[in-house]
Amino acid sequence: MTLLEVRDLHVWFDLPDGGRLHAVRGVSFELEAGERVGLVGESGCGKTTTILAMLGLLPASATVAGAVLLDGTNVLAADEDETRPHRWTDISMVFQGAMNALNPVKTVQSQIVEPMALHGTAFGAEAKAKAGELLELVGISAAAGARYPHEFSGGMRQRAALAMALACDPKVLLADEPTTALDVMVQAQILELMLRLTRELGLALVLVTHDLPVVAQVCERAAVMYAGEIVEAGRLDDLFHEPKHPYTRMLFAATPDLYGEGEVLSIPGAPPRLDRDLVGCPFRARCDRAFDRCKVESPLLVPVGDGRVAACHLNDEPVAAGADA
Amino acid sequence: MIRQDTLSEAPEDLQPDLAGGQRNWLRKVIADSTQAKVGLIVLLIFVVISIFAPLIAPFDPRQQVGPVYAPPSLQHPLGLDDGGVDMLSLLIYGGRISLIVGFAATLIAMVIGGGIGIFSGYYGGRTDQALMRTTDYFLVIPDLPLAIIVAAVWGPSLQHLIFVIALLLWTTTARIIRAQVKSVRERVYVKRARSLGASDFRIITRHVLPQIGPLLIANTVLTIAVAIFDETALAFLGLADPTSITWGTTIEFSFLRTAISSGAWWAVIPAGLCVALVIMACFWLGQAIEDALNPRLKVSYVSPRGFRCRAVPGAGDA
Amino acid sequence: MSAVATDPPVLEVRDLVTRYPIRRGVLGTLRREPQQAVHAVEGVSLSLGAGEMLALVGESGCGKTTVAQSIIRLVDPVSGTIELDGRDLTGLSQRALRPIRRSVQMIYQDPYESLDPRLRVRQAIEEPLVIHHVGGDRTERRRLIEEALARVELTPPSMFLERFPHELSGGQRQRVAIAASLVLDPKVLVADEPVSMLDVSVRAGVLRLLDGLRRSGNLSVLMITHDLSTAAHFADRIAVMYLGRIVEEGPARQVVRDPQHPYTKALLSVVPKRDPRERSELQILTGEPPNPVEPPSGCRFHPRCPVALDRCRTEDPALRDVPGADEHRAACVLVG
Repeated sequence: MTLLEVRDLHVWFDLPDGGRLHAVRGVSFELEAGERVGLVGESGCGKTTTILAMLGLLPASATVAGAVLLDGTNVLAADEDETRPHRWTDISMVFQGAMNALNPVKTVQSQIVEPMALHGTAFGAEAKAKAGELLELVGISAAAGARYPHEFSGGMRQRAALAMALACDPKVLLADEPTTALDVMVQAQILELMLRLTRELGLALVLVTHDLPVVAQVCERAAVMYAGEIVEAGRLDDLFHEPKHPYTRMLFAATPDLYGEGEVLSIPGAPPRLDRDLVGCPFRARCDRAFDRCKVESPLLVPVGDGRVAACHLNDEPVAAGADA
Repeated sequence: MIRQDTLSEAPEDLQPDLAGGQRNWLRKVIADSTQAKVGLIVLLIFVVISIFAPLIAPFDPRQQVGPVYAPPSLQHPLGLDDGGVDMLSLLIYGGRISLIVGFAATLIAMVIGGGIGIFSGYYGGRTDQALMRTTDYFLVIPDLPLAIIVAAVWGPSLQHLIFVIALLLWTTTARIIRAQVKSVRERVYVKRARSLGASDFRIITRHVLPQIGPLLIANTVLTIAVAIFDETALAFLGLADPTSITWGTTIEFSFLRTAISSGAWWAVIPAGLCVALVIMACFWLGQAIEDALNPRLKVSYVSPRGFRCRAVPGAGDA
Repeated sequence: MSAVATDPPVLEVRDLVTRYPIRRGVLGTLRREPQQAVHAVEGVSLSLGAGEMLALVGESGCGKTTVAQSIIRLVDPVSGTIELDGRDLTGLSQRALRPIRRSVQMIYQDPYESLDPRLRVRQAIEEPLVIHHVGGDRTERRRLIEEALARVELTPPSMFLERFPHELSGGQRQRVAIAASLVLDPKVLVADEPVSMLDVSVRAGVLRLLDGLRRSGNLSVLMITHDLSTAAHFADRIAVMYLGRIVEEGPARQVVRDPQHPYTKALLSVVPKRDPRERSELQILTGEPPNPVEPPSGCRFHPRCPVALDRCRTEDPALRDVPGADEHRAACVLVG
C-alpha cells in the first residue's frame, strides 16, 4: 500500500507587495515503504517547499491546495492539532543545515529525547536509553550523547540530526540537502548510513537535493522539478540514459563527471518568475528544442514508459520536433 | 557575442537588503513607519519653535510680567513662574538651550565614540584592547559625581555641561560601532578590497562607513534623547549655568522655589512634558530606524507553532 | 592541455609553511603552556605555468584555502618562498606588495558576499583601477571596464554597468567579480571554490569562462576546490592535499584514472558518479581528518589508511615520482 502520496499539491506565498508567488504548481508523487526517492532541482524550483508542505510546516503567508496522504489520511487538509501527531511520529525531516541548527546549550542526548517527550512516545529513562540506541544506530557511541554539539564534528552533527529525526520511529524520512555542506568522504559516510537505515528500518526516504550524482547513487527513483512542477520522474537509470525532458538531459550534461570525456554545458538563462502566470512550457526560454507549441501550451505530465512520466511536447511529436525525442 | 541574459528574469530577493545600494533608505524607513513619522514631526516642531523663539514667544523670558506663580490665564496660557515670568515664553526659549546641549553633546559623543569604535573594530589586536580598556574606564565613571566635580572645580557653564554629557555618552556608541565594524570587516568584499591592495583609509571610508552609517544614525538619534535627559537632570541638580534658560533650570527653580507646595503645577509639569515629548520623539525615530536595520529575516519557512496552512480546496488554476 | 612547460613557471611556491597561532589566554601564558598552532600548511610546493590550470583539491581543513590566502598574502606564511615571475613575494612588506597585487587576483566562493552591495557594477570594477592608478581618465577607465565585462560575457555592457549586485543572479555576480579581477590584467587568478555556491546549470558557464580565459590570454588559474569532478574536467593538473601537505599531484587525467596515494584512491572512489549504473567500490574511510593542531606522527594519513604498514607510523614520506608516469608524484612509501 502506498505509504505516502502527494496529490496535486499547490503552494502559494503571499508577497509583501500584494502579489502571490506560485511556488509549487501541481506536484504529485507516491512513495512506498522502504523506497528511496529523490527530488531533484535547482534553487527556487520548489522542492524544499514541497517537503515542508508535507510536514505542514509552511508559514502563515502560504496557501495550499491538494492532498498529502499518509497511510490514507490527508494530513494537509487537517489543521495544526490534527497534523501535529503525525509530525515526527509518521513523517520526519532532516532540515537543510540541520547540523548547524542544533541547540548549543543542550546535550545531544537531550535533543534526541526532546521529540520523544513532546510526542509522548517515550519518557525518562526509557527515552534516554532509546536515544542511546539511536546514536549507535547512526554510528555514534551512546556515551557521546552526553556531549554538546560544538564538540562534534560536522559529520557527527549531521548524524545526530538524523538520530533526532528518527526519534519517534517515523515511516517516512525527508532529507533536505543532507550532505551539501559536507566533504565528499563524510558525504559518503552519511549516504551509506541513510542507505543502511532505509534497509534496516524499512524507512522510506525522500532525498531533496540539487546534486544529481548523489541521487544517482542513493535513490532508485527520482523526480526532477523545475519552476514548481515535476517535469520528469522515473528510475534514475532511465533518467540518465534516456531522458524524456530536455531539462533532465541538460541538467545531467551540466554536471561534470569524474571520468567523463564530453563537454560540460551550462543552461543559459534563468528560471521564470513564479509571481506571474506562466504561459506555455516553463522551460521554453532555456530549452534547446523548443518549438511553436511550447510557447502556447503547457505540457502535461504524462506517462512515457514503464513507470515514467514526463511533461514535454517532444514526447508527443517525435517527428514534428525534427529529431529523435 | 550576444547573450540571452534574462536580466528581467534574474532571481531577485523578495526582500532586498536595506544596505543594498538604496540611496533613499532613510526616507523609505520614515515613510514606511508611522512611528518614525510622528517622532520626526514632533522633533521638527520643537526644533522650529526653538529656532524661531524670538518671533514666537509672546513675552521676554527674563521680564516679569505679573505676580509670582500666577495661574494660567488667557494672556498667559501656562501661567507665570517664581519670578513672574511668562512660562510659555520660558519654555519656548528653554527649548533652545536644551536642544543645543543635546545635539552638541551627542555630536561630540558620536565623533569620539564612532572614531574609537571604528579604529578598535577595524584594527583589532592591541589597538582594540587598549581602546576598549579605556572605554571601560569611562563607562565605569559615575555620572553624577563627575558632573558635580566638574561643576565644582570649573564652575557651572554650558560648555562644561556639554563636555560632561559627551564624556558619559560616547562609550556606548563606541561599543556598538566597534561590534558592527568587526562584523563588516570580515565580509568577503572587504577582504577582496584588502587583497586588491586598497589602503585602510579607502576601505574604511568606502566600504565600512557606508555599512555602519545607518546604525550610526540610529544610535545618534537615540543618544540625543539621552543627552537631553542628562541635561535636564543635571540642570535640575543645579549643575548648569543658573543664568541660562533651559527646561532643566526651569524645573529646578520651580522646585527650589516651592512651586509644588504652592500648587503651581504649571511651573513644573509643562517643562517636564516638553522634555518627555522630545525624548519620546527621538526614541520613536531612532527605534524605527534600528528596527529597519535588523537583518530582515526572510519569511520564516519553518514555523509549526501558530502558523498553519489554510487548505483552500478548489482554489488556484490547474 | 598545455605542453610540457619549458618556460619558467609563472608562479612557484616552495616549501610553504603557514600556521595560525591559537591564543593561549592569560592563564595559559602564565602557566607557560606551549604555544599551540593550527598547522594549516606544512610544506607545500607547487608551480603554475603560463596558461595552465592547476586544481588544488582536498577536504575541509586540508589547508588549500590557506595556501591560496598565503599566496595573495592575506595571511603571512611562516616560511617558504612564493615566486611570481621569479620574484620572491614572501619577504615583501604589505606596501611593497601593492604593485604586485595587480598580478595575482583572487575569486571568492560566495558570489553573494564578494561584491559590496552598495556599489554598482561599474564602480566595483572601477575600484581596482583607481587603487592602482590604471587608466588615466574616466573615459579610458570606462573602456577598460567595458572590455572586462565583455571578457566575462556580460554583454551588452551597458545593460550591466549601472546595476547593483542584488539585481544580478549568482552566476552574473561571479562574472562581475571575475571581471573586477581581470581588469588589472593579472597573470595569476586564484579561484577559491568559484562555483560551489552556484546552481548546477550555471556552474559550467563560469567554469568554461575561466577555462577559456586561461587558454586564450596570459592567464594561469589556481583553482581551489573540493569537487574532484570539476577538477578532473577542467584542470591540467591536480594536486591533492591532506592535512597541510600535498599527497599526490600530476596531470589531471592521470591522477583521476590511476591514483597512487591511498587517500586519493579512497577519495575518488566515493565521488558519486552521474551514471546510476556506475557503482564503484566505495572505500569509505572511517572518521574524519584529524585535528591540524596535532598532526599524527610519521605519515599523516596512516591512522586512516586502509593499507598502512608498520613503518608508516614513523616514516613521513616526501613526494616521490610514480614510475612510468610523467610528472606524477605521490607521497607514499608504496610508490616506487
